[in-house]
Amino acid sequence: MSETAHDAVDFAPPAEVGEMELYHAKTWIGKYVWSQDAKVIAVQYAITAIGIGLVALVLSVMMRLQLGFPHAFSFIDPSSYLQFVTMHGMIMVIYLLTALFLGGFGNYLIPLMVGARDMVFPYLNMVSYWVYLAAVLILVASFFVPGGPTGAGWTLYPPQAISPGTPGIDGGIILMLVSLALFIIGFTMGGLNYVVTVLQARTRGMSLMRLPLTVWGILTATVLALLAFPALFVSAIMMLLDRLIGTSFFMPAMVTLGEQTAYDGGSPVLFQHLFWFFGHPEVYIVALPAFGIVSDLLSTHARKAIFGYRMMVWAIVAIGGLSFIVWAHHMYVSGMNPYFGFFFATTTLIIAVPTALKVYNWVLTLWRGNIRLNVPMLFAIGFVFTFINGGLTGLFLGNVTVDLPLSDTYFVVAHFHMVMAVSPVLVIFGAIYHWYPKITGRMLDDGLGKIHFWVTFLGTYAIYYPMHYLGFEGIPRRYFAYGDTAFMSESAQDLNTAITIAAIIVAFAQLFFLYNLVISYFRGKKAGGNPWEATTLEWQTPDTPPKHGNFGPELPSVYRWAYDYGVPGAEKDYIPQNVSPSDLKNSSGQ
Amino acid sequence: MSYTLIFLALLMGAIVWWLIKQTINVTPWVAHPATDSVRDEGVRSPVTAKPLSNMKLGLAVFLAVATSLFALFISAYSIRMEYPDWRPLTEPTLLWINTGILVLSSIFLQRAWNAAKQNEVQAVWRGVALGGACAVAFIIGQLAAWDQLTSSGYLVADNPANGFFYVLTGVHALHLMGGLVALSRSVSRLWRRQDMESIRLGVELCAVYWHYLLVVWLILFALLLTT
Repeated sequence: MSETAHDAVDFAPPAEVGEMELYHAKTWIGKYVWSQDAKVIAVQYAITAIGIGLVALVLSVMMRLQLGFPHAFSFIDPSSYLQFVTMHGMIMVIYLLTALFLGGFGNYLIPLMVGARDMVFPYLNMVSYWVYLAAVLILVASFFVPGGPTGAGWTLYPPQAISPGTPGIDGGIILMLVSLALFIIGFTMGGLNYVVTVLQARTRGMSLMRLPLTVWGILTATVLALLAFPALFVSAIMMLLDRLIGTSFFMPAMVTLGEQTAYDGGSPVLFQHLFWFFGHPEVYIVALPAFGIVSDLLSTHARKAIFGYRMMVWAIVAIGGLSFIVWAHHMYVSGMNPYFGFFFATTTLIIAVPTALKVYNWVLTLWRGNIRLNVPMLFAIGFVFTFINGGLTGLFLGNVTVDLPLSDTYFVVAHFHMVMAVSPVLVIFGAIYHWYPKITGRMLDDGLGKIHFWVTFLGTYAIYYPMHYLGFEGIPRRYFAYGDTAFMSESAQDLNTAITIAAIIVAFAQLFFLYNLVISYFRGKKAGGNPWEATTLEWQTPDTPPKHGNFGPELPSVYRWAYDYGVPGAEKDYIPQNVSPSDLKNSSGQ
Repeated sequence: MSYTLIFLALLMGAIVWWLIKQTINVTPWVAHPATDSVRDEGVRSPVTAKPLSNMKLGLAVFLAVATSLFALFISAYSIRMEYPDWRPLTEPTLLWINTGILVLSSIFLQRAWNAAKQNEVQAVWRGVALGGACAVAFIIGQLAAWDQLTSSGYLVADNPANGFFYVLTGVHALHLMGGLVALSRSVSRLWRRQDMESIRLGVELCAVYWHYLLVVWLILFALLLTT
């Protein structure tokens, strides 16, 4: 940066960023069904993801019913229990969280926040959604084929996943693998769009270091996903071949149900390597957009610049890079070379450094801020709490010696639900409360939102905190029933019952949210263009909700970063990114 | 996983180097006129120069994804190879001919690209047609190689070496078929005599993709031959 002309004449020559030629649909179907508008595609993604997510929520309640009240419900047998576990995990991680953060928020926020009219490849973007929808429908279809969906656990470990005796061996596992492959193809189309749009379609003045952290989070997560999903693709294709035409990539020679299978010599550990090579970056594919969004929520509602912006950007990038070399910490019990464990424990613990840095920066952003405790802010602060709690147990499990006894117990369930289920979901809720006014033009109801927040936030602690104790007692996960087991104390069952009751209450609390989404669309308070007094470009659009093309006849020019809150001497406590220094002077009458 | 990690390390190195250039010594909290930052930062070239086309960057990102896919297949191959049941197969000599055809295909597309730069429509036609024909011939040749293998008793499920042979060649051929779809769009542009600008871009992207797939094939072929 040779010169920084603070007070120079801020004449900007006409935009060099080429105007996009937009496809203007004529019919209603063209506008809202086969739409090429990123905002409509985003809503399509979000509705589909939330819809399938609700299925997964119901599945988790079914699991909890069996665990809380063993054998009280005749419709849950051991097979269906395993199917509930599997489908709950797979849907939540991939079809809800990944799709909602990248397909939903990515599509809606990237063009608006970088100041573009749309994604750079709108047609590809449309195809991306329809391929995703096809993947979801195939997944749903697996509930209705003979034998039902697969019950192999969301990790789909061979040989169990395709051995006789596992639920869903007939059709379920095939549909699951096909659905995953399709999801990856669809995501790749979307991902190309997100990356190229951020790099190419930023408006005038929107340098990389002026991007809101939301965009940084989504961009980095997309890069991770583009590079990591191929690993899942490779394993899905090879397992499909093992299942369909009898190759032995993963399937070892074995005797099952008294018969020798035709498989010979395959390597289940190879699958684990490939799966977790995808699976660990996946954690950050879900977490990084959440990190980005929560940074913007905290800054906006604390009326204070994000603390350490550049550090935050580099922490996101560092976490993204490191996430590729920690995958084997999911495999400490797979019998691999002990030196591997040493290496992966080290890299895993190193990730705690940039992550902790982010947490400190969030807390320091809140420090002496002018905090507005509205619903998005509640969810954002709730995220910080939950993420710290979940992250700390990650330090336990990252160590080989601690992980060995805790592996496959409820301690692990508690850990990853706190850190990568509840935390991102809190951010999703916060983000929906934050951006719903821009998407629909109406505010969500505040009272309902607060009920929703407190029940969800406290309820998830009631669910997952006790699970740590269950884990310490050595109670294994994924078991249908425990029977009379010597090591289990009697109170463990009481704890399970209490967890189930809490889970049912939290599940029902989501009805407040859904009701709120629907009723506010029709009866909500009119939001206006910028209800939160935020600085980023999506709040500066001429129309709310933004029309196709997002901005007026000319794209906005950007003069400052996204965090000019409480600037000394300024008239208001926020300065939007497209306000130039001389505009500011004129308006304050100097 | 070492092959994949090497690829990722190189890619990450490039990304980090580029990011450092963009982000070091930048003071985002200082507001200033838009022009400076556009000139100094971002992937777009300086205001006066021609900006990088979205399609080219899109292709580059896609090639990174495809490289990740192939690197993972190669990693899986090298891990699975260590197991005792691995019995290498003898590759049919037809593969050498196919390789030659693929090299020709790449050369023809390169000539089409060169011709497009010179605005010689006839030569573009010739290059694209011959390149496309060679690609189709390559795919047919690969199918013939599959046929030879199965008829000489190397069935896909018999041994992981066979399985990997079919999977690797199949995945590569599928990528080439995707390239043929893109090439057919260029042909239709030529047919409709669209403006030279879009034809040039289309042919260039195809040529780059063809070279990429040629390199991938050479690596895969070398891997199959030596193991």
